[in-house]
Amino acid sequence: MDLRELYQEVILDHGKNPRNHRFPDPHNREGKGYNPLCGDRITLRLRLAGDRIEDVGFVGQGCAISQASASTMTEAIKGKTIEEAEALFAKFHAMVMGEEGADDDFGSLGKLAVFAGVREFPMRVKCATLGWHTMNSALEDDGSEATTE
Amino acid sequence: MTAPSAATEVSATRFDPRKARADFPAIHQEVHGRPLAYLDSAASTLKPQVVINEVADVYSRDSANIHRAVHLLSQRATARYEEAREKVRSFLNAERKSEVIFTRGTTESVNLVAQSWARTFLHQGDEVVLTELEHHSNIVPWQIVCEQTGAELVVVPMTDRGEVTVDAFAECLTPRTRIAAMAHVSNALGTVLPVEEMTRLAHERGAVVLLDGAQAVAHVPVDVQALDCDFYAFSGHKLYGPTGVGVLYGRERLLEGMPPYQGGGDMILSVTFAETLYNDLPYKFEAGTPNIAGAIGLGAAIDYFTSFDVDAVHAHEHELLKRATRALESVDGLQILGTAPGKVAAISFLMDQAHPHDIGTIVDAEGVAIRTGHHCAQPVMEHFDVAATARASFGIYNTQDDIDALVGAIARVKELFG
Repeated sequence: MDLRELYQEVILDHGKNPRNHRFPDPHNREGKGYNPLCGDRITLRLRLAGDRIEDVGFVGQGCAISQASASTMTEAIKGKTIEEAEALFAKFHAMVMGEEGADDDFGSLGKLAVFAGVREFPMRVKCATLGWHTMNSALEDDGSEATTE
Repeated sequence: MTAPSAATEVSATRFDPRKARADFPAIHQEVHGRPLAYLDSAASTLKPQVVINEVADVYSRDSANIHRAVHLLSQRATARYEEAREKVRSFLNAERKSEVIFTRGTTESVNLVAQSWARTFLHQGDEVVLTELEHHSNIVPWQIVCEQTGAELVVVPMTDRGEVTVDAFAECLTPRTRIAAMAHVSNALGTVLPVEEMTRLAHERGAVVLLDGAQAVAHVPVDVQALDCDFYAFSGHKLYGPTGVGVLYGRERLLEGMPPYQGGGDMILSVTFAETLYNDLPYKFEAGTPNIAGAIGLGAAIDYFTSFDVDAVHAHEHELLKRATRALESVDGLQILGTAPGKVAAISFLMDQAHPHDIGTIVDAEGVAIRTGHHCAQPVMEHFDVAATARASFGIYNTQDDIDALVGAIARVKELFG
């Protein structure tokens, strides 16, 4: 098993120094995420202008995978429409779950493709998707907490 | 490798872990191309071949229901099931076999006491005393019954070393204390609680005492008469036995006065639609067909475990704990949580460089199995203001090689995350 497949430089870097690790000011949406397996929690806030994500940031602590995933996600969805962000999550999800047919699509995920190695570590899929579930929760913003369950 | 100390040499003459290792088939495998170093016995111990054989033999020969038919297979299954009960009685030094109830595990044992004893006898304003280091399975059942009865939870705080002192416990006892429920040994930290003294104090106040022995049975001597506890709960799979079977010891006088926990077959003497007469102890609390092979397998596990000089096994584990603690303490940026004197068999730790989940994945790739997470003891995590820890825990089959593997794997964590 090659750990470097999982812990790629980009992941280690974003895990140590997460980008957009602050709240946008002002914001109009908030989501909270919780992984009951490890107790990790993050809070994500974003500013929607119409259906476009103008700014996004998160705070919270967790493992390198969850922090790096949330960090790269904020970079990827900033400036995107809700629809585009949700489509990106669908692709990302298919990739980390190792779903059939997902293989061809990594290119369109850009930097997020570094998480492809998570497929080999099923116990870590929830770490990689915590930020994304929290984004969904923020977009819905019904005050409920997103969990990875 | 460190040279063996005098202490190990002494215990090695009485107990040889390499001989025990030979009895556990699961330990002789490679994980990700590395020899397995199994350091997660606090979550579940591996099973020796004799236990596996015993369970297989029940299904191969005596695969029948118990306490039912007059045919031979049922008679044999019944006899073996009841022999297993006697083995548990003897292991716990309970006075009577009727005080030994087979359950699904510690969790069900605690729930049984909460729903049968506590739900019947607790009233508004009564107090249930727990400690801060309890496993969720010794918290949630009490929260549920408090909700049902209007009783209140009182939590004995632990120190920053992970101890629960007799004084802190005494301060939480009031005339309203009806039951104190606490771990004999902490699963997250390895702390051994002063349960004998705590039980004495609780009894002075007229309270009943339940001990959660899940982490204790394999690592400290257990004698329910010497402890003088009213209830003692443990799981088979933490004592080299099968999963899905456990035990509730209960003082006969208390069990007699308790209503059944579940209704069904085997727990009745006679049933009409007007009235049901409940069976005698312990059957009153064993509704439905139990985990027959599991209970018999647990009996085999007790036979296996007690075939060793158990004090020497404990001494061996203690020596491993000492060495592992020393080795981990010397790792830069590593912090051990839970430093109570006399602790047993488990080391919880954190590293500056990496989150416990990352540690777990990396050491797994090196063949080292440890637990990472909140260990179903979130109040403990909260005390130390962390979400999770990494935990290495020991069993009868562990050796210095496993500690070396752990230390090597931790070096790999630093290499990747350093």
